[in-house]
Amino acid sequence: MSDLVADSIDMTFPMPEGESVQALKDVSFTLKQGELLSVLGPSGCGKTTLLNIIAGFLLPTAGSLTLGGEPITGPGVNRGMVFQQGALFEWLTVSENVDFGLRMKGANKKQTKAKVEEWLEIVGLQGFGDTPTYQLSGGMQQRVALARCLINDPDLILMDEPLGALDALTREKMQSLVLKIWKETGKTIMIITHSVEEALLLGERLFVMAPRPGRLHREYQLPFAEWGLQQDLRSVKATPDFGNNRDEILSMIWNMEEEIMGGNA
Amino acid sequence: MSLETVRLIVGALFILLVIAFIWSIIYGRRVVKTEVTDLVFGNPLKALGGWYWVITGVCSILLLWFYFSWDAARAFFPNTANEMCQVAKVDSELNAMRSTFPMQSRLLKGTSFLDRETKQIERARRTINKSDIDVGLRDKYLAAANTVEVLLMSRATDESLSSDNALALTGIASRIDVITANLADPGFPGPATVAEQKAADEQPGWGEANKEIPDIPNTDRGRKFNKVSEAVAAVSADFAKIRNVDDAFLGEVKQLTAELKSYPAASSAEDAVQAQALTKSLDKILKRIDNGSIFPPAALDSVEDALKRFNAEQSKQEGSLKIIDAIAMPGGEIRAGSTACTEQGSGRWLPKPSDTVATLVKISDPTVGFKAVPLLWYEWKPASEMLAFFIPDWIADLIPGEYPRHTTDGAISTNLKTKVLNFATGNYASFSIPVPAGHLWDSIMRVLSGLFLGIVLGVPLGLFMGLSRLAKGFFDPLIELYRPVPPLAWAPLILTIFGINDDGKIFLLFMVAFAIMVISARTGATGTQLSKIHAAHSLGATNRQIIRRVILPNSLPEILTGIRISIGVCWGTLVAAEMLAGTTGIGFIENVARKQSNYEIIWVTIILLGLLGLMFDLIMRWVITKTIPWRGKG
Repeated sequence: MSDLVADSIDMTFPMPEGESVQALKDVSFTLKQGELLSVLGPSGCGKTTLLNIIAGFLLPTAGSLTLGGEPITGPGVNRGMVFQQGALFEWLTVSENVDFGLRMKGANKKQTKAKVEEWLEIVGLQGFGDTPTYQLSGGMQQRVALARCLINDPDLILMDEPLGALDALTREKMQSLVLKIWKETGKTIMIITHSVEEALLLGERLFVMAPRPGRLHREYQLPFAEWGLQQDLRSVKATPDFGNNRDEILSMIWNMEEEIMGGNA
Repeated sequence: MSLETVRLIVGALFILLVIAFIWSIIYGRRVVKTEVTDLVFGNPLKALGGWYWVITGVCSILLLWFYFSWDAARAFFPNTANEMCQVAKVDSELNAMRSTFPMQSRLLKGTSFLDRETKQIERARRTINKSDIDVGLRDKYLAAANTVEVLLMSRATDESLSSDNALALTGIASRIDVITANLADPGFPGPATVAEQKAADEQPGWGEANKEIPDIPNTDRGRKFNKVSEAVAAVSADFAKIRNVDDAFLGEVKQLTAELKSYPAASSAEDAVQAQALTKSLDKILKRIDNGSIFPPAALDSVEDALKRFNAEQSKQEGSLKIIDAIAMPGGEIRAGSTACTEQGSGRWLPKPSDTVATLVKISDPTVGFKAVPLLWYEWKPASEMLAFFIPDWIADLIPGEYPRHTTDGAISTNLKTKVLNFATGNYASFSIPVPAGHLWDSIMRVLSGLFLGIVLGVPLGLFMGLSRLAKGFFDPLIELYRPVPPLAWAPLILTIFGINDDGKIFLLFMVAFAIMVISARTGATGTQLSKIHAAHSLGATNRQIIRRVILPNSLPEILTGIRISIGVCWGTLVAAEMLAGTTGIGFIENVARKQSNYEIIWVTIILLGLLGLMFDLIMRWVITKTIPWRGKG
């Protein structure tokens, strides 16, 4: 079982003036294999720092972090990343982007090709293999980013506001795609988002984080991701449960933001 | 190609250009009228398109070139230059005589001379009064100054003109009148003799065979002015001999000069220096007075009137020539020297397009070239030399053993070491292969070599500096110290160290390209988005793979722009470096042409440099669109 276990993680950034900023304080949680977690919080609550620590780009100042019992000491193929702007390599074609990880490993070319075809079909980009990525729309670029990440068969997929830059319609389609992939592959997925609706839809579990210092504020267990697999996302959103949860979390975050503004004034 | 053919082509081309110029303007104005226009000023879309205005621009440049270089004049009025040369001869002969009268200046020469000398005497008097020499000596000098003034004024009196001189002046006037009559006579000087016509027909044409303008008259009007110029030359020489002096006057001048010389010698030691200066100032005036160019006010009237009549007749006889000169030959004139007639002004420094093309065609011929080196051609070189270029000589040193020594009977044996050395130095018989050669090839190869070295060394260092604080901090001062120095300021140092061969120039160009490539590669590496590097890491790429597969391709737009800038700067630096030192290259050609005042070759090199620079830039633009189509879209 490759569970993600975070045990009282602290992250302190030194500042040039000699002070330091505590970005994360005492963050502990366990993410079981196959869980879908969304993380929500006002700006500056340390969501992205947490993600970067799990990805291995940052080393926490205190606490331990293990994936499947192995401590995380740096970036690795077992944790795939999807970024807000796709972070595609625009000098490569779609399929060259998708098989980037396999090429770096020096994998068998024939098998790689078959795998690329397979994944392009899953994300709905069949026939776009030879297209340069700069010719794709934002939604298609994110599909490529998903395929590029998934082809490496990671244990954990980390998404940093992956749908933030998309228009509403594309966004909804991509949300369905993420749910579909989660269901079909059974991967553990952790999504950071700004949007309350998205957090509710794409989270079996939902962490609401609070700022200064960044910490886990509340956790929810939600049914909407399961519902979303069976029915239309819009009808899920229209349910009274969804609306209640949304209002509760919105006012919670609203209060946090007020607190910060008051503290500054 | 004969001059006739060239003239025909130039004339046709000129007319075509005028038609194209007018047509493109009319067409452009019509297109503007039919377009749906945006009334708002400042819409940049309005600047798009408009190839017909390109035609207008190109045509106007070419027309100006044809016009101001007098190529159009030569095409349409081939005999004008020859006739104007004859007129210029007359003007040149009469120049000295005319300058005596208020024709080329405001005052009669005698008047301005008298005026100037009076002022000089006044100034000398003031200096004498201010000096602190002995009073007696000062009075002597004042008296001398008065005498000088009296002598000067005496030249303006009617009595000063001797009867011989009066007669000579009347003679000059009547001789001028005879010449004027000849000038007016339609039958003068009669038909050309067979020999004259033959000489005129056989001389090279306008701009042919290193002769700018044919100077033997070829038309009736030309022969008339030529004959007149000969007659005028004699009169002018005689006029210059008439001077308003006589023995009595010269005697007085001589006496006063001697007296002035004696003053400093007789003065006390402390006055001597000042006295010498005073003597000198008066003596100078005396020396100018005794050349006799001041006449009584009315003495020269007869000559002046005759000259005026001549001028009027000359102007009448020139007739259409003056109009052609003013309209078709702008920006200069034709001047007659002692041996030949030359173009002056834009006709001289702006070579005719047809001559420029002819010069280019001439030096493009590999058997002619420039200074015995072709412009761009090939030569046969043994393949062994080409191969040896890539094999370092020291590999022979690695073979065990010693190089053979000569024996007592002078024989030198060979061993494996010598054989390898011969191979490495290309010292063996082999087949030959054609290799490009020539001035252009040398220049291009220098630029490409310097650029190649700059890229190969500069890009890795630039990427390294973009990724490492240590590398950036360490190398930045080194590069920033030498880069702001203009490359040409390095040239004398580098060329002195390396000599005039290629290596100095290549090193100079390497320095230029290196700094640009380092800076652009560094900018490219620094500009890599962190998320792309993060993505590559989480996709399992190693550090080396990230540099090779992410940072390098991500920096390509900056690197290619750097190469494009480097080529331009190297090209400019190279030409200047070749002017400083070297025996081949396009800059060398231009420098030699400059020393010879060969305007055609200078223009040919300028045009070639422009075309090659444009070619490099177009190639780079093509490379950029082909290799980084994603630029600006990432």
